[in-house]
Amino acid sequence: MKTKAKGSVASRLIGLADLVIEAAERGKDPTINIPVRALSNVKFNEARGIIEMGANKQARSFFNVGMAKKFMQTMLVGDALAELQRGELTTSLREIYYRAKHTLQDSHENTFDNQNESDPIIEDLEVALAALREELHVRAENAGTIVGPLVLVDDGDRVDCAKMGKGGYSVPSIVEPDYVEISKCTADFVLLVEKGTQWNRLAEDKFWKKYNCVLLTGNGQPPRGVRRLARRLHDEKKLPVYVLVDNDPWGYYIYSVVKQGSINLAFESQRMAIPTAKFIGLSSLDPETYGLPRNVGIKLNEKDVSRAKELLNYPWFQKKPWQREIRRMLSSGLKYELDALASKDFQYLTKKYLPKKLKDRDWLD
Amino acid sequence: MTKHIVKAEAQEQPKRRPAARVGLTAAEMGASQREISVSEFFTKNRHLLGFDNPRKALLTAVKEAVDNALDACEEAGILPEVLIKVEVVPVNGVKPPPAQATRFRVTVVDYGPGIVREQIPRIFAKLLYGSKFHRLRMSRGQQGIGISAAGMYGQLTTGKPVEIISRTGEKSPAHYFEVQINTKTNEPRILEKKQIEWENHRGTQVSIEMEGRYQKGRASVDEYVELTAIANPHVKLVYVNPDGETKVYPRTFNELPVHPREIKPHPYGIEFGILLKMLHDTKSHWLSGFLASDFSRVSPRVAEEICTKANISPKKRPRDIMGPEAEALYKAIQSTKIMAPPTSCISPIGEKAILTGLYKQIKGDFYTAVTRPPAVYRGNPFIIEAGIAYGRGPQQGVEEKRKVPLAEGEAGDKETELARVIRYANRVPLLYQQSACSTFQAALDTSWRNYGISQSKGAMPAGPMVIFIHMASVWVPFTSESKEAVADYDEIRKEIKLALQECGRRLGIFLKRKEHAKSEFHRRNIFELYIEEVVEACKRLKDGKLAAEKLKSQLFKIAMKRTGGEKTDEILGKKGGPEGLPDSIIVTAEGVEGDIPALQEPLAGEPEAAAPESPAPAAAAPAVELELPLALPPAKPAQAKKAAPAPKKAKASKKKPAPKRAKR
Repeated sequence: MKTKAKGSVASRLIGLADLVIEAAERGKDPTINIPVRALSNVKFNEARGIIEMGANKQARSFFNVGMAKKFMQTMLVGDALAELQRGELTTSLREIYYRAKHTLQDSHENTFDNQNESDPIIEDLEVALAALREELHVRAENAGTIVGPLVLVDDGDRVDCAKMGKGGYSVPSIVEPDYVEISKCTADFVLLVEKGTQWNRLAEDKFWKKYNCVLLTGNGQPPRGVRRLARRLHDEKKLPVYVLVDNDPWGYYIYSVVKQGSINLAFESQRMAIPTAKFIGLSSLDPETYGLPRNVGIKLNEKDVSRAKELLNYPWFQKKPWQREIRRMLSSGLKYELDALASKDFQYLTKKYLPKKLKDRDWLD
Repeated sequence: MTKHIVKAEAQEQPKRRPAARVGLTAAEMGASQREISVSEFFTKNRHLLGFDNPRKALLTAVKEAVDNALDACEEAGILPEVLIKVEVVPVNGVKPPPAQATRFRVTVVDYGPGIVREQIPRIFAKLLYGSKFHRLRMSRGQQGIGISAAGMYGQLTTGKPVEIISRTGEKSPAHYFEVQINTKTNEPRILEKKQIEWENHRGTQVSIEMEGRYQKGRASVDEYVELTAIANPHVKLVYVNPDGETKVYPRTFNELPVHPREIKPHPYGIEFGILLKMLHDTKSHWLSGFLASDFSRVSPRVAEEICTKANISPKKRPRDIMGPEAEALYKAIQSTKIMAPPTSCISPIGEKAILTGLYKQIKGDFYTAVTRPPAVYRGNPFIIEAGIAYGRGPQQGVEEKRKVPLAEGEAGDKETELARVIRYANRVPLLYQQSACSTFQAALDTSWRNYGISQSKGAMPAGPMVIFIHMASVWVPFTSESKEAVADYDEIRKEIKLALQECGRRLGIFLKRKEHAKSEFHRRNIFELYIEEVVEACKRLKDGKLAAEKLKSQLFKIAMKRTGGEKTDEILGKKGGPEGLPDSIIVTAEGVEGDIPALQEPLAGEPEAAAPESPAPAAAAPAVELELPLALPPAKPAQAKKAAPAPKKAKASKKKPAPKRAKR
């Protein structure tokens, strides 16, 4: 299966060159059609509970002054990606940037001025060629950590995630079965924590042992590897997934990305989204329930407020409890970090908050 | 100055009074009170004249001597030529390097009218002696302190006299003088006088030995000479610096400035005390006659009107008017409507001359100059002139720079260089106290952003730009005797701003055109550059199995078809080179359209005349001058320019892709 997929991605990349050659042959402007990656082109599939990409495509033509440079950059990135296929190598976004960067002949103009120009093009090619990032051999940094009663096989190495100390196992960016195999898992659920600091707290307190769960963190917005691994645990081991984030608009959005998928990577939703994931906290009701004093809250700034209002309009936040949740935060004018729980006790999260939440089945869907 | 002396005396008395209690009698006190000579006063207050530190003293001495030389030549109707020499004087037989030397000899030679023998000592060794103070006419010097103060400074710091050689004509002998100033009596002391042989037919040479410090850069003698050359293109300057290098600033404008005429004071401009003095000194017998003859713009009818307003008989003897009557007269004058003073007393540099000066001394892509119509502050007529030199000019360095690929983040690097303001009063550069100067304030006040130039709040506009500001007046209101900054009168600042705004507007047009031409060029180049890249990428994708040349030419063909083809080439070509503009243009009052013809007038004849005269160092931009003749027929430079980037195009294809311009 591995080789088959590789061949097709490589040929799709070579297809870029064919596209140019054919257009030139017929005297036409070479054009690549790229699905639009924006809110305007995503649909929330309520039946499946995931965000799906629409059919809108954007034409990227070479002989258009506004797009010429991007077209050229797309070809260069395509070339670099094909090189990875040929060499059977994986690489990072940044290395691709450097690989494709050079100074245009007889000028002082660079093909790319910074990585912000090459990153979106890689995503463009992912959607345009319907190739997954792993298939393109591009990996992200290992930005996630896992600990819990499960055993993985990574590159033939057996990794017992119950014996990884406090640090846990660093989740690679590519966790497809070809690369990482879940050979054994006895956990009852997955707890995905937004912040590394709180993950550390839970790992140190051996929360996972006591409650028999897998602890995952993505240090902020979870990267693909973490999301994909959670999804696989959900699919393959039928584990429910709970998400623990800060009580602010960004926390809500992180939860929604885990659950329904993101706008930018809507085409990946069906592979990564976990429509049954639950929002365990921090809820805007929690400060009241758990007696968090007002003085550990943080005033919502303008950005927070406008972001929260955006969320209110997203189709996947239309459920009544969610509208109530967000509006409650807006009307209180405050946001709370997970860390604020420490105001009551250092181990409040492990000893009181989560046990009560789990016992009361107090979560949002 | 009188003011200062009065103050000095006034300060002494209250100090003495408490002492009286200790036992001094009025007679004793009286015995210790005596006149303070002007020279003594300035010995102690040398900073008032610009001799506060050794570096500034050296500059001031050069400046005063050159001012005098230029004034003399212009007054005599001679196109000035001045030699300035600053030499290191050996101390104990050792000649230190210029940067460490503390003693210098400043020598300034002009080939002007010379000075009659009798006047020499007083001109150079008596403070407040001169022809310029009492008249209302524009000149560089105003008070008659400058050169003698420089001499006095030399005398104070080295004990050496001022050496003068002067000759009034071929048939007269040259006189050599060594003079010093008697600081008590403010009278000259002649140490040596004799007739000598002198190689010059006429002119004056003054030589002062003094303590000083020579340092290049801002507010240096070098800068002064350079700036003088800009504002005085009718002057030929030869400057020998302490390193022994000679710099020649050739004459580029062969017309003497219009000789300013002397005027009588305007009634609005005088103060009460001066009115009293004039009443006392006048030769007129009637008040009405005095008003009409001793002031400018006072006709007999206006004089009558003033008398009626003041309720004084027009036939009253001026000498008898004092006290309340004089005050009434003063008020009546101020409240009567009187025509603005005549402006024949001012001679502006002129737009063309400024353009020539800027063009010659400052590298740039764009020059403009504005001479404002005359205006009046406190009864003194004045004219503001402004100019801008913008850009870096055609540099050789640019090519080398391009060869270095840019690193990440460098592409956005912007020059943070701020505009430099060069200020002049009556053609004399002002080098100190920039921020106290009205001209500088006006430049700050102007909203440069309106003209497409970035400017952060409270700062000079940013960019490779030199702002030239000149105030010409019979009496420039300086903030101090050392003549470093123009006082901030509303009328003056307003005029400066108007002039700068006009310059800015023209610069804005130029910048916009340049921007436009650049983007045209950019468009036409985009495809050319990118096709190369795309074809290379395709070739690699196809693992080398690709007829690259064929693909390239096919793509070029499409580009051509889609962007208007050769028509656009032609349009672009006609605009002259890749930038669409010649390297330098000058926008004059006639408008932007006539920029190239306007260039010819001040410059066409000049560079040729100047070239053999000045070998290399003086001309700031010899390359520019060579290029100018090319710019005359508009078609030629375009072709020359096109030929330059040829190799790339030849390699790419015979036909060039062109931007989309025609279609849009």
